Amino acid sequence: MATDVSRIHVETTINGEPVEFLCEGHDTLLMALRDAVGLTGTKEGCSTGDCGACSVMLDGRLVPSCLVLAPEAQGRAVTTIEGIAKDGKLHPLQQQFLQHAALQCGICTPGFIVAAKALLDVNSNPTESEARYWLAGNLCRCTGYDKIIRAVLDAAAETQKVTV
Amino acid sequence: MSTRHHFEYVGTRPIRHDGVDKVTGRAAFGADFSLPGMLYGAVVRSPHAHARIVSIDTSAAEAVPGVKAIVTGRDIPKTNKKVWLGGEGALDLGDMGDNALAHEKVLYDGHAIAAVAASTLEAAREAARLVRIEYDVLEPAMTLERALAADAPILHPEMTTGGKPIPGATGPTNIAARMEIKRGDVDAGFAEADVIVEHEFRTPMVHQGYIEPHATVARVGADGRIIVWTTTQGPFLVRDACAGILHLDAANVRVVPSEIGGGFGGKIPVYLEPLAIVLSQKSGRPVKMVMDRSDVFRATGPTSGCHIVMKMGAKRDGTLVAASASMWYEAGAYKGSPYGAAAMCALACYNVPNFFVEAYDVVVNKPKVAAYRAPGSPMSTLATESLMDELARRLEMDPIELRLKNAVATGDHAPYGPKYGPIGLRQVLEAVREHPHWSAPLGPNQGRGVACGFWFNGGMNSSATVSLDSDGSATVVTGNPDIGGTRAAQAMMVSEELGIPVERVRPVVGDTDTAGYTDLSAGSRVCYATGMAVIRAAEDVREQLRLRAAKIWKIEPDQVVWEGGQARSLVAGDDKQPLSVSAIAATLAKTGGPIVGRASLNAPMAGPAFAAHICDLELDRETGCSKIVRYTAIQDAGKAVHPSYVEGQMQGGAAQGIGWALNEEYIFNAKGTMENPGFLDYRMPVASDLPMIDTVIVEVANPSHPYGVRGVGEVPIVPPLAAVANAMRSVTGIRFGQMPMSPPRVLAETTTRREEPAVAMSS
Amino acid sequence: MARVFLSNDMMSGTGGLDVVTIDAPRVHELVRELVARYPRLNLEMFDRLAVAIDGEIHNDPDYLPLKSDSEVHFVPRIAGGR
Repeated sequence: MATDVSRIHVETTINGEPVEFLCEGHDTLLMALRDAVGLTGTKEGCSTGDCGACSVMLDGRLVPSCLVLAPEAQGRAVTTIEGIAKDGKLHPLQQQFLQHAALQCGICTPGFIVAAKALLDVNSNPTESEARYWLAGNLCRCTGYDKIIRAVLDAAAETQKVTV
Repeated sequence: MSTRHHFEYVGTRPIRHDGVDKVTGRAAFGADFSLPGMLYGAVVRSPHAHARIVSIDTSAAEAVPGVKAIVTGRDIPKTNKKVWLGGEGALDLGDMGDNALAHEKVLYDGHAIAAVAASTLEAAREAARLVRIEYDVLEPAMTLERALAADAPILHPEMTTGGKPIPGATGPTNIAARMEIKRGDVDAGFAEADVIVEHEFRTPMVHQGYIEPHATVARVGADGRIIVWTTTQGPFLVRDACAGILHLDAANVRVVPSEIGGGFGGKIPVYLEPLAIVLSQKSGRPVKMVMDRSDVFRATGPTSGCHIVMKMGAKRDGTLVAASASMWYEAGAYKGSPYGAAAMCALACYNVPNFFVEAYDVVVNKPKVAAYRAPGSPMSTLATESLMDELARRLEMDPIELRLKNAVATGDHAPYGPKYGPIGLRQVLEAVREHPHWSAPLGPNQGRGVACGFWFNGGMNSSATVSLDSDGSATVVTGNPDIGGTRAAQAMMVSEELGIPVERVRPVVGDTDTAGYTDLSAGSRVCYATGMAVIRAAEDVREQLRLRAAKIWKIEPDQVVWEGGQARSLVAGDDKQPLSVSAIAATLAKTGGPIVGRASLNAPMAGPAFAAHICDLELDRETGCSKIVRYTAIQDAGKAVHPSYVEGQMQGGAAQGIGWALNEEYIFNAKGTMENPGFLDYRMPVASDLPMIDTVIVEVANPSHPYGVRGVGEVPIVPPLAAVANAMRSVTGIRFGQMPMSPPRVLAETTTRREEPAVAMSS
Repeated sequence: MARVFLSNDMMSGTGGLDVVTIDAPRVHELVRELVARYPRLNLEMFDRLAVAIDGEIHNDPDYLPLKSDSEVHFVPRIAGGR
């Protein structure tokens, strides 16, 4: 009886914590996060990299986890929606999303918050246009994006105030 | 009933109760759910748009290691049961069951034929690939024209035309139904007209585009009890539909709705649930099934493409005298397009003394259509509002003045018959006229369009319970999945009735075992009808609190009044301090036990909503690409319980309508295969496509609701197609009848057609 | 006497009449009176219809009371989306 030698052992860091999991060579990071690690906050909307619901950060870079192979997480740092709030305290982005009612069904919200965090990491004072184009890779069908953009711009302003 | 006008909580903007879960990724949607020992299901789908199934051989599939069960149409005998949705005719379970798993024929590319459950998703998919099916491929009917032709391929040989068929039409047909509404003498009306405009319109099949694919977990116990966790707009409908399709006793089926990642009507029917149940029955294990995006496009329920020919006539002073329309709506593979609503909504905004509207429900080899936000109305409104725009140009009349001249008001008769009660169309149109957007200057290559629209206010059955805890906090339970913020609204209503803070009310979405029966979260009905039940249940609690106060004070109940969130004694000379909810709640055990308030109702459809949208569009003449540069949505909400979520509905509906007008369409090849079943080529609006969407909420109270609430969820998608088309007309000089007005289409039209001189919009 | 406005489908069963007056305490009795008066109508067709009573549309109108001057319209049932 042939033994299954194709499962790969991955050691990675997720939201600052060391994590290990087994996966197939062709599994996506999205599948590994949701099924192997049990972090279901990252969502699957299309699996073709078009909707942004699976957005995570890999070594600080915004990626669609449905287009990243799970073994690529080896030795790298992954940030998911579950890691955005720190020590039980919501990030300004999360707070502003709530204040602005920037979510209706909420399925796209994890992806948007991770993507917006990635934006603020590289551009702490985006214009409306910059925010819209950065977030053009995240689909929302409920809100028409208005309140999402307002929330992101207000979160940027708030984070600016804190650092200055 | 008399409408309340002063509110403490209603009209404010508290943080929604499920908000923190949703911004932290904790909220559990359909695919987030798992059970120990779970199997994974995969579906075998037809690659042919129209074929007879000759044979199905599952032997190779069964041999794949890990496969535990396979189901085909043989396992699910057809039913002729119906479910009364209050929808367009009955929801035909025979059709829904055959759609979930084909029996003799496959009727569209993607039609499910078999399903496999295995220990891993990979094994299930591998087995699905190995199911051998022999087809007798038939010519598909992929367009209305083909389906209506004398030599059309017939989808259902036994189909006859319901409603009011054309006399003399006999023989096999793809026309499932026909209906008419009329008033006066339309020929005489047109004879009186000084100006007549007419045009043909075609809109494509489009999808609701919810970001969360369908997902279900089903578990059949050894005792025959079935639990289904699923993403749905209607857990009770899932229960009754699965019971009907699978010949089960609904009493043994419990449906637990997950958080829902968008529905818009598309998560009303069942697709995976019956399959997961049968696979679980056969395997003895729980079964999880999740659709991929391509399946969602090919095999769920988009809305109809349609063809409308419409004509309107007016006097020189703008008074409408006649209108006629013929509408053909695609039902997809089984009867049931929103042809009736389309006909009823087309002229709903105007007083037209003479009209004739006919509408046809036509089957074609495309997925069976499901409801999509005000089903039928956006398309027929495109026709009406485009023609109103043309009339305004021909008459050299301001578009708002033309609409105001003919707008329906309280007491006018709707085109489908009954009188309107208090309605807000005039107020909405006046708000357009006064809005700074209406008079703002336009830049180069920009055009402005305006359109209004109508949708009914859904009623139907709802139940609610409100339980009071001894600490004075409360729980409200209903069976309506929260698709737009209704949990927050329900908590606010309980707060309003009991005088306790919104944070001290816990709104809960129950399941079919824990909540009283409720009809769907759809039809713009949750805040209105379920909201009414919540208010009455809270009133029930309040009444019981009043009686407890009487008991505590040892006075007659009619000596106690409830005022400002407290019970007060009316006994003259009394020095009793008023009792708050918390004070009475602390004594519940001593005064008679726990307090649970309840209410249930079957609400009428009453208090429809009107909206008007202003759209500024900028055209890149080199590429045909257009961009919305300014957009304002104005709507009568009756009473906005949580204004942020009302605004959200207006903005979201507008965005969907803009996508429908500019880019979205199902593209089929000649064989009947959908060529763009993914978000790359099915192009929905993204953040960089849209500006901020300004909103104005008009409030003309709906007398059928204690707070005046009107349903708000659907009407926002009704005006945008015409608003965008009218803006395009303004900037190109061309009346587009074919949607979407995508860049290649606009470029082709603007470079080959001689431009008509654009008539300036008077502001 | 309630004024009853028939839907278009029904008119072929009433010889083209679109408005009739009927005295009935509830929709239940009104429908049966209609079918009795116009035998080409049948009870099944009413299953597909909703009833508007003085402007409010009801999907399950059977036992709803009618006033002596009620205006009754038969309209198609409507599905909702959202």
